[in-house]
Amino acid sequence: MTALRRYKVLFLAPGLLTLFLIIIFPLLFTVRVAFSSWNVASPQMDWNAGANFVRMVHDGRFWSSVLHLVVLAGGTVLVEYVIGFALALAVWREVRGRRLLRVLFLVPMMTTPVVMAAVWQMMFHESLGPVNDLLGRIGIAPVPWLTSPGPAYVALMTVEIWQWTPFMMLLMLAGLLSLPREPFMAAAIDGAGPLRTFRRVTFPLLAPVSVTALIIRLIEASKMSDTVYVLTSGGPGSATETPGYYLYIRGLKEQQTGYAGSLSLTYLVLMIVALTIISALLVRAFRSQEELR
Amino acid sequence: MKRNLTATVLLVGSLVLTTACSGTGGSSAAKEKEATFPAGGDVSYSKYGDYPQTTTKDVEGPCSWHATSAKDYSGVTLKVISHAVPVLGEPTVLHAKQFSELTGAKVDVVNVPFGELYQKLITPLQAGQPAYDVMFYPSLWIGDMAPYLEPVPQQYLDTAGMKDVTKAFMDVATWDGKVVQYPVDGDRHYLKVRTDLLTDPKNMADYKAETGDDLRVPTTWSEYQQVAEFLTGRKGAQGEAVFGSAEVTKRDDLTFSAFISRAAAYAKHPDAKGGFFFDAETMEPLINTPGWVKALDDFVAIAPSLPPGGTNFGLGDEILSFGGGQAAMSYSWDDAFIQAQQPDSPIRNEVAAAQLPGTDEVWNPETGQWDKQPNQAAYFTWGWTSAVAGSSKNTEAAFDFLCFFSNEANTALDLQIGRFGINPYRNAHFDAAFWEEQGWSAEAATSYVETLADMETNPNRVFDLRVPGVNQYMSSLATGVAAAMAGQKSSQEALDGVAQEWKAITEQVGKDEVQAAYRNVVKLENGEG
Repeated sequence: MTALRRYKVLFLAPGLLTLFLIIIFPLLFTVRVAFSSWNVASPQMDWNAGANFVRMVHDGRFWSSVLHLVVLAGGTVLVEYVIGFALALAVWREVRGRRLLRVLFLVPMMTTPVVMAAVWQMMFHESLGPVNDLLGRIGIAPVPWLTSPGPAYVALMTVEIWQWTPFMMLLMLAGLLSLPREPFMAAAIDGAGPLRTFRRVTFPLLAPVSVTALIIRLIEASKMSDTVYVLTSGGPGSATETPGYYLYIRGLKEQQTGYAGSLSLTYLVLMIVALTIISALLVRAFRSQEELR
Repeated sequence: MKRNLTATVLLVGSLVLTTACSGTGGSSAAKEKEATFPAGGDVSYSKYGDYPQTTTKDVEGPCSWHATSAKDYSGVTLKVISHAVPVLGEPTVLHAKQFSELTGAKVDVVNVPFGELYQKLITPLQAGQPAYDVMFYPSLWIGDMAPYLEPVPQQYLDTAGMKDVTKAFMDVATWDGKVVQYPVDGDRHYLKVRTDLLTDPKNMADYKAETGDDLRVPTTWSEYQQVAEFLTGRKGAQGEAVFGSAEVTKRDDLTFSAFISRAAAYAKHPDAKGGFFFDAETMEPLINTPGWVKALDDFVAIAPSLPPGGTNFGLGDEILSFGGGQAAMSYSWDDAFIQAQQPDSPIRNEVAAAQLPGTDEVWNPETGQWDKQPNQAAYFTWGWTSAVAGSSKNTEAAFDFLCFFSNEANTALDLQIGRFGINPYRNAHFDAAFWEEQGWSAEAATSYVETLADMETNPNRVFDLRVPGVNQYMSSLATGVAAAMAGQKSSQEALDGVAQEWKAITEQVGKDEVQAAYRNVVKLENGEG
């Protein structure tokens, strides 16, 4: 080994070792655990030849939770994107208090998700919360926010959107600030109005940023569980249960370690496949927008 | 040779590390020192923070402040895990500080939220790690915990405080004939009602006119339903809207306990000695038998009489709803009653306690028929308990800490602080005078202590499913109940699903192991514990 190569190895080793310890080892361990019947009464790494995966295939609750996640994550990220983009456009231009607004918009993102979910739980409290109180003042009957499936979805999505729209805004604003001025000047010279400029210049130019922002948020949203835990506990019934929360129940609350391992592996694979497909579709969609330009 | 040397170095290194990490690395046997606390001295929490100024006398005995202060545990470190502050967590921290001051021991307390407590406890125990010397946890986990616990030594069982613990709670602490949990709390479910609403002349007259019955503390679940429906929408003394009932209904909160309360009278036949949850001989689940199904029908039917959001109430919501005067009736742990009796409560001394409602018929699992006879069952639900880990290197100090924690003086003060979550568990606690001294009316105090004392003598008893894997069973039950309450399934369908899951869980955990543990539960129910 040459001295240079030795130095390279020496410098890379701590990072690689850390990577192995915090990512590779837990992953391999989970794979092994997934093929064991480890549970609270029998904490041992035996071999059950994929019985956990067979059980998972027939576990309707798990597959329902995946469907709930598709609706919750898809819905929230879409709304976050629209609002985040709009806010970014609003503070991109020279407006009064622009700097203050930029900081204020970031506040929700800085708060702890569980704490915010607890605050929102009180806001949506059906008899004590201000949301129903305000609705009552304008003549709208109290909404069963946390005890009826539809409103519970709205409540969960509201909390997620409130918390994570600033993140979307931040990414979109960074993208806007990095755009070259020339295309906008050319559009202005050609007499394009604000809407046309947005549709033909701003939106297509921001396509790469949009794809990145949407994918990052989808990855984050796919782990949604803390808000569910605090706000609805997966209820009413199991109407708002997400895979992350279901994994928590099976793995940590019931200590079904082996089965939870198989669920988490499947969930990981599902997410990788789904996000790869979504990412490819988004790139294609935005590229066609760019070509339209 | 080189490989051997490396292995030896690693072995020695790991031994050194293990020893260093295991706490004191030595025996925890107490040295004697001169007592720093006077015999029979006044005990008060006032110097420790925002606590009542109440003082009580130290009661002589091996667990007293005086006796504890004569022990020298300097150099000993106790690792303690408990629930989050304030419920149980706060008295743990407080008594750890006091124990440390008296004995010189270092007591490190870890407070963990309820949702994480099980995992934090069981994982190191299963791995054989001496993570904690003393553990505080819900008593129904005994089936999972028992293999890892140090039995309570005889000298602690012989103390006056321990001998005064009621039979029901000594039974709760016992596993396979050995006391492995150190009683620090006593819990049961019982009924609480607002007497101001039940004795209001207009309410009484209207109820009579509407139903033909007298308005009174309900004695059956059907009467509970009727009273709850009647009181929903009526006004309290301050003109506030009242709702009939507040119940724990949030799926992953403690709904399973609330549902067991509702099912007890329908499904616990006093003459059937073969099990409440399972047939102890075959381990066939009884959870989907008609008694349980009827109870779930009732649980679903109460929804219109709950406050807004009442089908998603956790224990905290239930406590505040009844304790704050929003709901006219409630049933669960003591907390809602204690909350209602706080000095600033709008319904202080306007409440009464009673045993859980009964039924006019009871399902007999042995004959497979309804028996038309009045029935009622006392549900000794889980409460907080404590234990010393078998892997602890400091067992003497650990038991001395628990002995001190639960001494008579400390318990007398702990019982008065509602947020501590410590409830009566000794015969001495069933004394109305004690509660009257705290400002309770004679009626409220009497109904409270009589209810608790009567439960002790009730021959028809229900305990929790104290078997390995209990969390799986209860999680499955809560999911089924929630599905019925949300209208996703009928009561029968929901409980059929639970029964199927219970069979699978029993197979998964091990039928023999579950059955052996369950037979102990049946013995408790039958008063043979």
